Amino acid sequence: MSSRRISYSQAINEALSEEMERDPSILMLGEDVAEPGGVFGVTKGLYQKFGGERVLDTPISEQALVGAALGASLLGVPTITEIMFSDFVTLAMDQLVNQAAKFHYMTGGRTSVPMLVRMVTGASGAASAQHSQSLEAWFTHTPGLKVVTASTPYEAKGLLKSAIRDPDPVLFFEHKLLYNGKGEVPEEDYTLPIGEGTVALEGSDVTIVAYLHMVPKSLKAAKILSAEGISVEVWNPRSLVPFDREGLRQTLKKTGRLVVVQEAPKRSGFGAEIAAIAAEECFDLIKGPIRRVGAANTPIPYAPVMENLVIPGVDDIVEAVRRTI
Amino acid sequence: MPNNNLSEYNAEFLVKLYRDMVLIRRFEERASELRNAGHIPGFLHPYIGQEAVAVGICAALGKNDFIASTHRGHGHILAQGGDPKNMYAELYARQDGYNKGKGGSLHLANVDLGIIGANGIVGGGIPLVVGAALAIKRANEADYPGSEKCKGGVSVVFFGDGASNEGSFHESLNLAALWKLPVIFVCENNLYGEFTAQDKHQTIKDIASRSSSYNMPGLIADGNDVLDAFHVMTTAVENAKKGSGPTLLECKTYRHRGHYEGDMAHYRPKEEVAFWMAKDPIENFGKRLIENSLMKEEELQTVEAEIEQVLQDAAKYAENSPHPEAKDALEHVFVETYGGRALL
Repeated sequence: MSSRRISYSQAINEALSEEMERDPSILMLGEDVAEPGGVFGVTKGLYQKFGGERVLDTPISEQALVGAALGASLLGVPTITEIMFSDFVTLAMDQLVNQAAKFHYMTGGRTSVPMLVRMVTGASGAASAQHSQSLEAWFTHTPGLKVVTASTPYEAKGLLKSAIRDPDPVLFFEHKLLYNGKGEVPEEDYTLPIGEGTVALEGSDVTIVAYLHMVPKSLKAAKILSAEGISVEVWNPRSLVPFDREGLRQTLKKTGRLVVVQEAPKRSGFGAEIAAIAAEECFDLIKGPIRRVGAANTPIPYAPVMENLVIPGVDDIVEAVRRTI
Repeated sequence: MPNNNLSEYNAEFLVKLYRDMVLIRRFEERASELRNAGHIPGFLHPYIGQEAVAVGICAALGKNDFIASTHRGHGHILAQGGDPKNMYAELYARQDGYNKGKGGSLHLANVDLGIIGANGIVGGGIPLVVGAALAIKRANEADYPGSEKCKGGVSVVFFGDGASNEGSFHESLNLAALWKLPVIFVCENNLYGEFTAQDKHQTIKDIASRSSSYNMPGLIADGNDVLDAFHVMTTAVENAKKGSGPTLLECKTYRHRGHYEGDMAHYRPKEEVAFWMAKDPIENFGKRLIENSLMKEEELQTVEAEIEQVLQDAAKYAENSPHPEAKDALEHVFVETYGGRALL
């Protein structure tokens, strides 16, 4: 396969464009996604390409736009919606948690909900408390929703395509700080399977489990630790629901030591779930204490000096790894 | 008033309206008895008293039209063609229920019949029909597998006066009006949001007046007069189908019983209850049919007897339907399970 270097946001844009081209029933809706091309420019050109019938700017009405996406999906029109800042999803929680997540189940399997919700997530520098959060754990706690993340352009395109084709409601988390990062992406059509993790860096002493923007931070930490003689494996589950338990087991087989890293507040985060899975199912492989790295249990502050303290940094990851040895 | 003039309609249609209302009334009465007898494990929100709304509204609908309903949804689902057998089976929590025993009263649904579902969340179904209308619009514009099921349709949501205070109501009306979608928002104003009287939960009497904020027609129908509901709805459906956009249609009505089965509704003044009982939609419509020589008293009794049989059979069907197995609880969380990879 031939490939080229494109940005994460361009990879998402290509996935959206190619999928909408493939299936003429797909609709896209969101705040400022059509004519303006999205606040972060991710949906640029799609309105021009597919027209206002298929790419729709909505009023600032998260409940109605997510509910409308669900209603259309129930009638066989797959939808793609964008939550401009994932923090705003609070306004659509009923439609996601009480409606979308449960429809297939409540109807005894007689309906399906092919809807995809793009969640623009994470701290991106001085965006403060209501535009910076990492809320993925909430949705992993709601049976019926799939939760997928991407940390590179390659993952973003391949996983997003799978997520759009998935017959269930999928929340796709994209990190703002990753939008401009470039990486190799095949020219040809490809998908990545949902539910399979990947080894982002091979190593033998300690496994760091990380997703979204914590992957590049963990890779930096690994480099520092490598200079100290500690060989770190970075394993990225990619999707949180479904979760690749076997992949986790495989990496722990190699290392036996585990550090779980998330950008969300440490308390009750998905990292706790990963640590618990390791403790329950891989205890035979574990050689030392499992460590978690997460944000401080505070709202995200505005001042950069404070934000840097709250959001996990490379140093925090390095320190956590040292403490497992 | 042409809408109130029985001579405008053929006798067969009028008898069907009557029959459909009786079906709902007796279905609900029997459901209450079956619950008291221990056959129905969940709670019920009886539709008794409001039958003219469901029947009048759904009589104006056809193929490719969709409804979303509420916690008080049995009437809507029957009026839209729901089979009492599968409905009782669902209330009994059996395998032949519409939802295979996974939903119960609050989630009865059958999209193939145009029933997007009852709903346990007040106002929860309102955004769904905006989406259903988007799907209809897409199907009108393009051909794709399944588009034939939506082409040319309208979508309808039922909700109560209580739901008209939810954000979902306001967001959805705005969106549907903005996009001129074929939606009819049918508000059944039964004067109570759960236990709270309308004048204690909002400052307006006519919920239809909220339509002006969204630049759409706001119509009012007598929700205890099946012909009036049908007539007003027909106008709204015509407008939606010709592309004029959504309508807010308020039907003034009253529930004869409490918010849920077992609620004695002591919060309602006796005089008010008596006033509305005298406006019973079925009794009054039956009288009019007799006065206009469209039906005889004996024929009304025949309808009752037929429906008694239908419901007896339905209850028997439910009784005989197998219970689900406990392990079925673990199925249908997702369509695509990737071989079951850590999804539960």
